[in-house]
Amino acid sequence: MSGESAPIERVVKLPTGIQGFDFVTEGGLPRGRTTLVAGTAGSAKTIFAIQFLAEGILKYGERGVFVTFEETPDDLRRNMISFGWPIAQWEREGKWLFVDVSMHANSDEKVVGAYDFGGLIVRIEHAIRRVRAQRISLDSLGAIFSRMHQPDLVRSELLRIAAALKQMNVTAVLTAERTEEYGAISRNGVEEFVADNVIILRNVLDDEKRRRTIEVLKYRGTSHQKGEYPFTVTPDKGVVIIPLSAIELKQRSSDLRITSGNQALDVLCGGGFFRDSIVLVSGATGTGKTLLTTEFMAGGVNNGERCLLLAFEESREQLFRNAIGWGIDFDRMEADGKLRVHCAYPETASLEDHLITIKDLVSEFKPNRVAFDSLSALERVGTIKSFREFVIGVTSFIKHQEIAGLFTATTPTLTGGASVTEAHISTLTDSIILLRYVEMNGEMRRALTVLKMRGSMHNKDICEFTIDQQGMHIGRPFRNVIGILTGNPHISAPGEMERLDELFRTQ
Amino acid sequence: MNQAETLQLILFVTDDTPRSAEAIANVKQVQQLYRGQCEVTVIDILEHPELAEREKIFATPTLIKVQPPPLRRIVGDLSDHMQLLKSLDIGSGYLSSPASQPV
Repeated sequence: MSGESAPIERVVKLPTGIQGFDFVTEGGLPRGRTTLVAGTAGSAKTIFAIQFLAEGILKYGERGVFVTFEETPDDLRRNMISFGWPIAQWEREGKWLFVDVSMHANSDEKVVGAYDFGGLIVRIEHAIRRVRAQRISLDSLGAIFSRMHQPDLVRSELLRIAAALKQMNVTAVLTAERTEEYGAISRNGVEEFVADNVIILRNVLDDEKRRRTIEVLKYRGTSHQKGEYPFTVTPDKGVVIIPLSAIELKQRSSDLRITSGNQALDVLCGGGFFRDSIVLVSGATGTGKTLLTTEFMAGGVNNGERCLLLAFEESREQLFRNAIGWGIDFDRMEADGKLRVHCAYPETASLEDHLITIKDLVSEFKPNRVAFDSLSALERVGTIKSFREFVIGVTSFIKHQEIAGLFTATTPTLTGGASVTEAHISTLTDSIILLRYVEMNGEMRRALTVLKMRGSMHNKDICEFTIDQQGMHIGRPFRNVIGILTGNPHISAPGEMERLDELFRTQ
Repeated sequence: MNQAETLQLILFVTDDTPRSAEAIANVKQVQQLYRGQCEVTVIDILEHPELAEREKIFATPTLIKVQPPPLRRIVGDLSDHMQLLKSLDIGSGYLSSPASQPV
């Protein structure tokens, strides 16, 4: 602004409205400046550029100009309808204006002598004035380079455009192509001219799975979160960034107890789970994890709580039938509005998409407790890295809601051993319950132990339990068996046990 | 020569920069060549940005040949006259008639 004489311009940020982006950038895009958004083909640059304007219109009443070098306005109008952005309507309302510089517009131009981009600059300025735009997107710069064949001229003209935009005090997004995910910032070195701020969108193929990330590479004169953040593109929201490591551990810790749904287990835990804790239940297939989950849900409903069950292994019908078999009526609970069961096959979506669905469900249903059966079923959907990020994202989100979360993890071998899920989640959990098979005297029996109970005393016994039509019955500890948790149980001599018992018995 | 055969050219320039002046001078020379059968309109897009938008002008100067068909767009200061005449694609009748014939 002309009236100010401050030697150093303070960077003010413009909230974009793109979910997660304003968190990663600590406030949005530098206002009145130009930001380069660079990415390889298919990295969602165009969607980002469109969404920057769309969110401005939807959330802040700010108007936008879209300068398109590649796709025609018609294509863009049509393609963006699916995101719920009615561009044609906005154009009629004077909120959105296209500057069409697409190849189609003037396909067979001949060049005779020297020229500059005066026409483009005049049109951009005219468009900004016409709708009094605060936001502008130019998509994408690479197309000009491939069209004009004079890289030096293009660079100096881009510099002029950037200067003109700055003078008009609009906040601009310029997209540019990259040829590799980890290499030069952009193909034609355009960042030298608009290098105040650079954002990289990546779309990396890792272990046969696509992983999208966003990174703020450079934010001149202002702060931002460092590193790559996963993001996804959803049909109804567009770009959604998942700020994982930025999640603060600021939730209150409560010492309110809630029931696990099983009285004997409550006793073992020293009086139930904490209200806002994360509980991991680990065990081999068939040890009773789904039963424990079912009881956890029923326990909540019986206390008038709202319960959300997210199932990734079994179908609805199977879950409801299981529950009936243990004397629990999920149908009635759902009819009463106290229970919501959401079943999804892990493979139907990426982990990022699952996370967004889960957050939406929790925000909408507002449960007091959530159960995941099983978390490990989601392992196979993404890479280990994205799975870890997913687990961190899910657990910290649940903690933020100050509700109880119960996760089950399936161990790879029947007799125990740690799963990938456990490795990633165990430090994030407040409580860990292990379910194990115990082979004794030629039969399989089941054992349960509370391994960890943050902030509370708990019973350290390894107890036997049985399952019948009433559910889970936790019985006496295995007194003279050692090696259950390592999957190699053997019976120590009773004589020895009794002798030790005698030694430590206090009269 | 009838009206339909009149050469109609529109030249889009920005302001009174040297490059604009050069382009205007070069077009005037073409006009000279066709003595009264060539109409030239010069548009300063700073004054008429809406026309630049309508014609989707990207670079300046840009010369558009409106008549006779086919429509042609030529970008640059038009300093190479041979290249310019070739790009205008006026046809053999035009090319031979004005310049090479003695008055």
